[in-house]
Amino acid sequence: MVTKVGKHKVNKTFQEINAKIRSGEVVVVTAEEIIGIVEKEGAVAAAKKVDVVTTGTFAPMCSSGAFINFGHSKPGIKASKVWLNNVPAYAGIAAVDCYIGATEPCEDDPLNKVWPGEFNYGGGHVIQDLVTGKKVSLKATAYGTSCYPSRLIEKKVRLNELQSATLCNPRNGYQNYNCAVNLTKKTIYTYMGTLKPKAGNANYCSAGELSPLINDPYYKTIGLGTRIFLGGAQGYVTWQGTQHNPSAARTDNGVPVRPSGTLWVMGDLKKMSPDWLVGMSYQGYGISLAVGLGIPIPILNEEMASYTAVSDSEIYTQIIDYGNDYPNGISKSLGQVSYAELKSGTIELDGKSVQTVPLSSMVKAREIAEILKTWIREGKFLLGEPQFTLPA
Amino acid sequence: MYSKILTLRFPKTGVSKPTVCHLAKDYGLIFTILKATVLPRKEGIMVLEVSGPKKNFKNGITFLKEQGVLVQNASREVNRNAKKCIHCGACTAVCPTGALVVSHPELSIDFNIKKCSVCELCVPACPTRAMKVHPTSETFF
Ligand code: SF4
Ligand code: SF4
Repeated sequence: MVTKVGKHKVNKTFQEINAKIRSGEVVVVTAEEIIGIVEKEGAVAAAKKVDVVTTGTFAPMCSSGAFINFGHSKPGIKASKVWLNNVPAYAGIAAVDCYIGATEPCEDDPLNKVWPGEFNYGGGHVIQDLVTGKKVSLKATAYGTSCYPSRLIEKKVRLNELQSATLCNPRNGYQNYNCAVNLTKKTIYTYMGTLKPKAGNANYCSAGELSPLINDPYYKTIGLGTRIFLGGAQGYVTWQGTQHNPSAARTDNGVPVRPSGTLWVMGDLKKMSPDWLVGMSYQGYGISLAVGLGIPIPILNEEMASYTAVSDSEIYTQIIDYGNDYPNGISKSLGQVSYAELKSGTIELDGKSVQTVPLSSMVKAREIAEILKTWIREGKFLLGEPQFTLPA
Repeated sequence: MYSKILTLRFPKTGVSKPTVCHLAKDYGLIFTILKATVLPRKEGIMVLEVSGPKKNFKNGITFLKEQGVLVQNASREVNRNAKKCIHCGACTAVCPTGALVVSHPELSIDFNIKKCSVCELCVPACPTRAMKVHPTSETFF
């Protein structure tokens, strides 16, 4: 990292902070705690004092899944179709590799035939069952080749018996997200939860001031190689996520007012925990996986201190109609609201007070930020310096 | 006063007999029929709310059983599995009674079973399936 001496009053490097982590001198606070510190002492003093700010989020992240290699059997198989607990996994890769996607429903799921469907079991649940240590039945079929003659294998597998299992989520940790309402006359069931007619409720899904990318809005410290809390273990940011859109409109503090940046993350599934990878069933919509994700933000200078000090009252999002507009690709904003308003329990829409419903767990987000804080304080977690940062 | 919702299953032969009327006539019990169906194989199912003094209630139930009627407790309650709940808040969109609410400032989700009307809307709305219907644990006959 090139430190631009002269530009900032405080200048720290990743290496310096890691040296403090090793020696136990590091000062770590959560993204909620830094707010008061910067407010009271100013960004420069805060940057001198604090080395790392921890963030966290725990919410459904549909673009998640795991690469699994289930090992060669005798005789060998070149699997062309794979099911895990009757949930299809993508097998169009090498002989015994597959990818189980979080949103894949189980084969005999009635889906939305009886509307709204329940979606009781799918890929997200398979992943949770695996990390719980449960036996999962694996079935693979093949057309048979000279080198891999087997046409069928069926076996029970446990996570620890698998050759390898890697969580690989192409889009997690959305930097900000819509607030959803339904302006039609009927209840609708969406990935943003149940939306009652005539804007009966407004659902939102971001940890706000605790959310990882909200605390480093221009991705100045986050990129390939950033070490993170992922599913209860240490994981990595490996790329920008799909749909990463840094050019969304922002407020003066740099925070986007619409969904914008995203993360591609990876980690060893074998080290993860069912507390932080939870299969989710969205009535009428489908299956997803709640992923626990936390990023430590290094306070390299006073600029980073002020970014991390952003509070819910300065973070805004747009109210979007998921009844007519969203399904038709219209992203018209019905109004802009702050997370302080959203978290208060009601917002105003067209002069009417509307009940707000969170979908992202603040309780769990806080817990992640606290765990990450403890890991760093105890020297168990070193910062990963990115090879390059995400496109800003 | 004692009041319970019961499911009665009548054997094929008993359906036509006005068994239930005896509850009022001979046992001084008040009942409201909530649901009555005769299944294809001619077994009858009836859900009714029965109220009366506890002693009469017991005797009434004994009478029904003597007539070959299978009596089950139909009272249900909705419980939350605390281990499964991740405090996401999705259920607060559907709960009509305020039994499930967002608590401030920590934004945890509280469940107050006393306010629950057992409407069951939260059961499929909870993404982790933490909300479940159970028969009430109380046994009374
Ligand atoms: S929807 Fe389920 S998991 Fe979420 S807060 Fe309600 S009970 Fe808990
Ligand atoms: S059963 Fe109905 S009233 Fe009871 S908690 Fe669930 S939604 Fe609320």
